[in-house]
Amino acid sequence: MLSELTLTVLRLGLLVLLWLFIFAVVGVLRGDLYGTRVNRRPTTPARGTPAVQPPPAPPRRRGLPKPVKKGPSRLVVTAGPLSGTTLPLHRSGTLIGRSPECALVLDDDYASGRHARIYQDDSGTWMVEDLRSTNGTYLGATRLTEPREVAVGSVLRIGQTMLELQR
Amino acid sequence: MSIVSSLSPRSGRSTELVLLLGAVGIVGVAYVNLGLATTGTVPPGLAALGAGYLGVTLAFHLVLRWRAKHADPLMLPIVTLLNGLGLVMIHRIDIARGRDLSDGVALRQLMWSALAVGIATAVLVVLRDHRLLRRYTYIAGVGGFALLLLPLLPVIGTEEFGSRIWIRLGPLSFQPGEVAKLALAVFFAGYLVQTRDALSVAGRKILGLTLPRARDLGPILLAWGASLGVLVFERDLGSSLLFFGLFVAMLYVATERVSWIAIGLGLFVAGAYVAYLVFGHVQTRVLLWLDTFSPEALETSDQLARGLMGMAAGGMVGTGLGQGRPDITYLAESDFIIPSFGEELGMIGLFAILTLYALLVERGLRTSLGTRDGFGKLLAAGLSFSLALQCFVVVGGVTRIIPLTGLTAPFLSSGGSSLLANWALLALLLRISDHARRPLPDPSEAEAVGAAHTQVVKLP
Repeated sequence: MLSELTLTVLRLGLLVLLWLFIFAVVGVLRGDLYGTRVNRRPTTPARGTPAVQPPPAPPRRRGLPKPVKKGPSRLVVTAGPLSGTTLPLHRSGTLIGRSPECALVLDDDYASGRHARIYQDDSGTWMVEDLRSTNGTYLGATRLTEPREVAVGSVLRIGQTMLELQR
Repeated sequence: MSIVSSLSPRSGRSTELVLLLGAVGIVGVAYVNLGLATTGTVPPGLAALGAGYLGVTLAFHLVLRWRAKHADPLMLPIVTLLNGLGLVMIHRIDIARGRDLSDGVALRQLMWSALAVGIATAVLVVLRDHRLLRRYTYIAGVGGFALLLLPLLPVIGTEEFGSRIWIRLGPLSFQPGEVAKLALAVFFAGYLVQTRDALSVAGRKILGLTLPRARDLGPILLAWGASLGVLVFERDLGSSLLFFGLFVAMLYVATERVSWIAIGLGLFVAGAYVAYLVFGHVQTRVLLWLDTFSPEALETSDQLARGLMGMAAGGMVGTGLGQGRPDITYLAESDFIIPSFGEELGMIGLFAILTLYALLVERGLRTSLGTRDGFGKLLAAGLSFSLALQCFVVVGGVTRIIPLTGLTAPFLSSGGSSLLANWALLALLLRISDHARRPLPDPSEAEAVGAAHTQVVKLP
């Protein structure tokens, strides 16, 4: 009988539709895992030329330190769980630690929530500052007790993570 | 080599729209299926009802676009589907009991749904930031307990089905306990965000459990006393379990201490055992739970047994909407709506519904993880946990995991107060998730403000 067949199709179709809806929801869920994204860098330019072009100078505001052409422009994780990631440095300060508010969120049991900060002071020199972390921030072999100047090639250690400043 | 960049999530409003249309479509298919099975024709009001339901949910969607652009895109479609399926099932019970659409429970439920969506919209529009609620922590606490006690008042409180949880004002009856759930969640979140350090740090360690100090036990004892009071004076096992469970879960989320769960469960088991020894109605519930099919139990109530038989009759794929006999069970449209679905949609359909609940709770907990303020975290976790616990109590009750208690399945069951409270809960969760998923302000803009010089204004 036709209506019998229609009914069977409808009632099984309803179940199928219900589960299709659930799978659609789960599909959206899967694409919704957000946070920090780790991308492959675009093609590396030839050696010798600066790896990252300085961004076009923002409209000069009064009171801002002059952007310094020399000096580090990015932070590279050379050892530790996040090894291989790069992070552009902000002149206003780059916060490193385990807390999700940090620019570089470390997955390192020996790092504090807000562990250290790299920033540019008024004279335009790059400084690193330990934010009273539990296990300390090391610049080379010395533990930081006050803000210290850093330059291209400086190596920082936070917990089990090694960081290097690059041009 | 790779570059880390902070990714702001898509707002997902378009995804929400598509899923919403899907949800309303599924409800429509269910309604057509019901009409064909019972009368052999496509139900006449399909276009009007479908358009009405779609209009109501689309209105809510537009409010979200307007006021909470970054809110979670999955909660609204899931709730729309659950609410719609509930409407269809209530209508189906109406038909079986010989009631028309115009004089049935389903129409009332539809109006309550529209009103609930209206209230949820109002919550979203009025409450621009959930942190405002923290100012009313103690007012919410007092209000919540007052709402809980309201049914005990002599004139307006009424007793139905052996539980004193309704108030009646003229023709309107209301279950204030459902709204109390929201107020108490706000109170617990506000209270715990203040005191969690004292609760989690101090204490002695015994057998690997860090026990809290005696003076910190005060609040949990108070909550325990209040929930037992509800159990004793209102004879409402479900609500008392819900409130106490909510409080213990939020304590655990706030302090990360397993000892609170151990203490809470211990207290609850002790309280429940004493209640079992003292009160006759608790003994009846336990008898119905353990020996459902014994002659003594069937003499008292065969509701649970009929629900189980119904689910058994449904089997794996169910009898199909309109082709089973869920109406044989007493209260098949409210407390026993889960067995009704089990009978007509089968285990596959019932599990789909349970999965929808699980996904809803997951989105709530995800919101809690993503929020940056402690109050919002606790509130979102508490609200989603209360949903989960309510589902557990309802489904566990009808499947004989725990004694049967009178709680409604959120969004599905017939009942205005439950619908209103749960839609308001959804609005709160959406508001918090809007906060959690909103992209962080651009640091370069903050820099300009922070770097501006402070100027000394010299007065002449």
